[in-house]
Amino acid sequence: MTLVFKNVTKRVGADVHIFDTSVEFVENEFNILLGTTLAGKTTLLQLMAGLEVPTSGEIWFNGNNVTGVATQKRNVSMVHQQFINYPHFSVYDNIASPLRVAGFSKADIESRVDSVANLLKLTPMLKRRPNELSGGQQQRTALARALVKDADLVLLDEPLANLDYKLREELRDELPKLLSDRKCTVVYATTEPTEALLLGGYTATVHEGQITQFGKTPDVYRRPTDLETARVFSDPPINTTKIIRKDGLMVLDEEVSWPAQGAADGLADGAYMMGIRPHFVTVQPTSENAVAIQGRVIVSELSGSESVVHFKLGDLSWVSQSHGIHAIDIGADATFYLDTRHCIYFGENEKLMAA
Amino acid sequence: MNKKISNQKAWWFVAPVIVLVAFNAVIPLMTVVNYSVQETFGNNVFFWEGVKWFETVLNSERFHASLGRQMMFTSIILLIEVPLGVAIALTMPKKGVWVSVCLVFMAMPLLIPWNVVGAMWNIFALPDIGLLGRAINALGIDYNFTSQPLSAWFTTILMDVWHWTSLVVLLAYAGLSSIPDAYYQAAKIDGAKPWAVFRYIQLPKMKRVLTIAILLRFMDSFMIYTEPFVLTGGGPGNTTTFLSIDLVKIALGQFDLGPAAAMSLVYFLIVLLVSWLFYTLMMKDEAQ
Repeated sequence: MTLVFKNVTKRVGADVHIFDTSVEFVENEFNILLGTTLAGKTTLLQLMAGLEVPTSGEIWFNGNNVTGVATQKRNVSMVHQQFINYPHFSVYDNIASPLRVAGFSKADIESRVDSVANLLKLTPMLKRRPNELSGGQQQRTALARALVKDADLVLLDEPLANLDYKLREELRDELPKLLSDRKCTVVYATTEPTEALLLGGYTATVHEGQITQFGKTPDVYRRPTDLETARVFSDPPINTTKIIRKDGLMVLDEEVSWPAQGAADGLADGAYMMGIRPHFVTVQPTSENAVAIQGRVIVSELSGSESVVHFKLGDLSWVSQSHGIHAIDIGADATFYLDTRHCIYFGENEKLMAA
Repeated sequence: MNKKISNQKAWWFVAPVIVLVAFNAVIPLMTVVNYSVQETFGNNVFFWEGVKWFETVLNSERFHASLGRQMMFTSIILLIEVPLGVAIALTMPKKGVWVSVCLVFMAMPLLIPWNVVGAMWNIFALPDIGLLGRAINALGIDYNFTSQPLSAWFTTILMDVWHWTSLVVLLAYAGLSSIPDAYYQAAKIDGAKPWAVFRYIQLPKMKRVLTIAILLRFMDSFMIYTEPFVLTGGGPGNTTTFLSIDLVKIALGQFDLGPAAAMSLVYFLIVLLVSWLFYTLMMKDEAQ
């Protein structure tokens, strides 16, 4: 199903929740809304579901304007971050509930519930009640309820956020497979850049009530059209600094500069904002293009296979992310290596110049 | 070898509780038990009577009549207050400035002392000078709560509903506001009708608080004394003489300590039994 937003604005009182958003989601694909908490992801989903009505602008499904159409008539389904099931229904009745409301025959309901339950590995639990299930199973039940009615549009609002790590990984693997052979457009909201990359598909980055960029997930990641998109789509946060291009050199400060090549080659001389993702700032050089910079270590975190070091570069807070375990003293001056091939350059208006 | 460690210090921690419970529960209750098996003619002289007073009370038509009135009264006010309270809670605003306004208005009757409620309604309902009494009579209905049993019942019930429905409202409202918005959204997406939302989301989620509301209203109304005492004094005749009023008449009016004590114990056991039954039945589902 096609889903188009035309200049949609949503105000609640004096607050602007969504501002002048126009976007055409990709039909029958995984569309990811990526943004921090309160960026407006949930409002966007609620607008799609018809739970909220836009203050101005239009929403179109399959070439029909559905802006004022009631939720019940939209054939959408939704899964929330909290595990929402009817507390006094068995798993079977929970999954069957949307079909019963829609007036399906008993035999039809049974075969559909059975097949969805089988798909989501819920068959042994059909007789139990939601509160007798683990979090993962409760969320599977909610997913089954969303899938069973063969909705044209499936909305997933951070469905994995309340699950523990292992279940989250498991369900994240299954989700795209479950949804790919159904003819439905999926919109999936998440706060985690890594999750967006793992799920693939298309990503819209949401920041302060606006979609800053929409495109294939790897493209948005590699070529963020503005600094805000790069910030949203980076975890740990992307490092930024002012930089000057002068006489074929990229000049960070009096001591650090490197020849303008690769992405920076085509740039004109002048002042730019530079962004570089933390895993291209490492404690050991990873390529011959690496340039050494000095910083004072603030925080050093070790996680299994990598070291994350927060340091001060002048007045700026930067993050370095390196493979392996590197013990670094807090408060010490340390050398970091910046892989200049992966710098992204933005103009002073923070729009992308070169990546 | 297991060696039992003896440590008697813990008694000091339990002692305050034991003293407290002894003074506010065990000692008064035992005094009543003591009275209930003896007869006295004053001067602190007591004679052993065994279970005689219990037999008297259980066979007494007067006790049966007050118990009947009491059960009737409690059933009626529960049937009115619980659905009404839930209905009001459902119509209350969920957010915004009106929430606190509504809550304050709702809490107001609960803050008024019981005897004041009785006195207020007494004056309010007087057929000659009270606003309510005059109004009802002006409608052409013959109404006088001091002389007609039906009017007296009507007034007593109205007073109790006015005084205590708020409690059910507040509890039900608390239950309702603990339901996340996502439940309503999910129901809307499923296309559930308002009745289904109430039946399958709101009611199950309110169950615990409603159980508590019903229990509190049962216990309080079953022991009601002050308000009807001030309003009708148990009259006209005995028609609004509920159990506590009757008990006070026997114990302090007639000074029949033995029968009054036996009646208190029977009364206490009824409240305990019904509350226990109620709670067990309501929570049976939860335990499964």
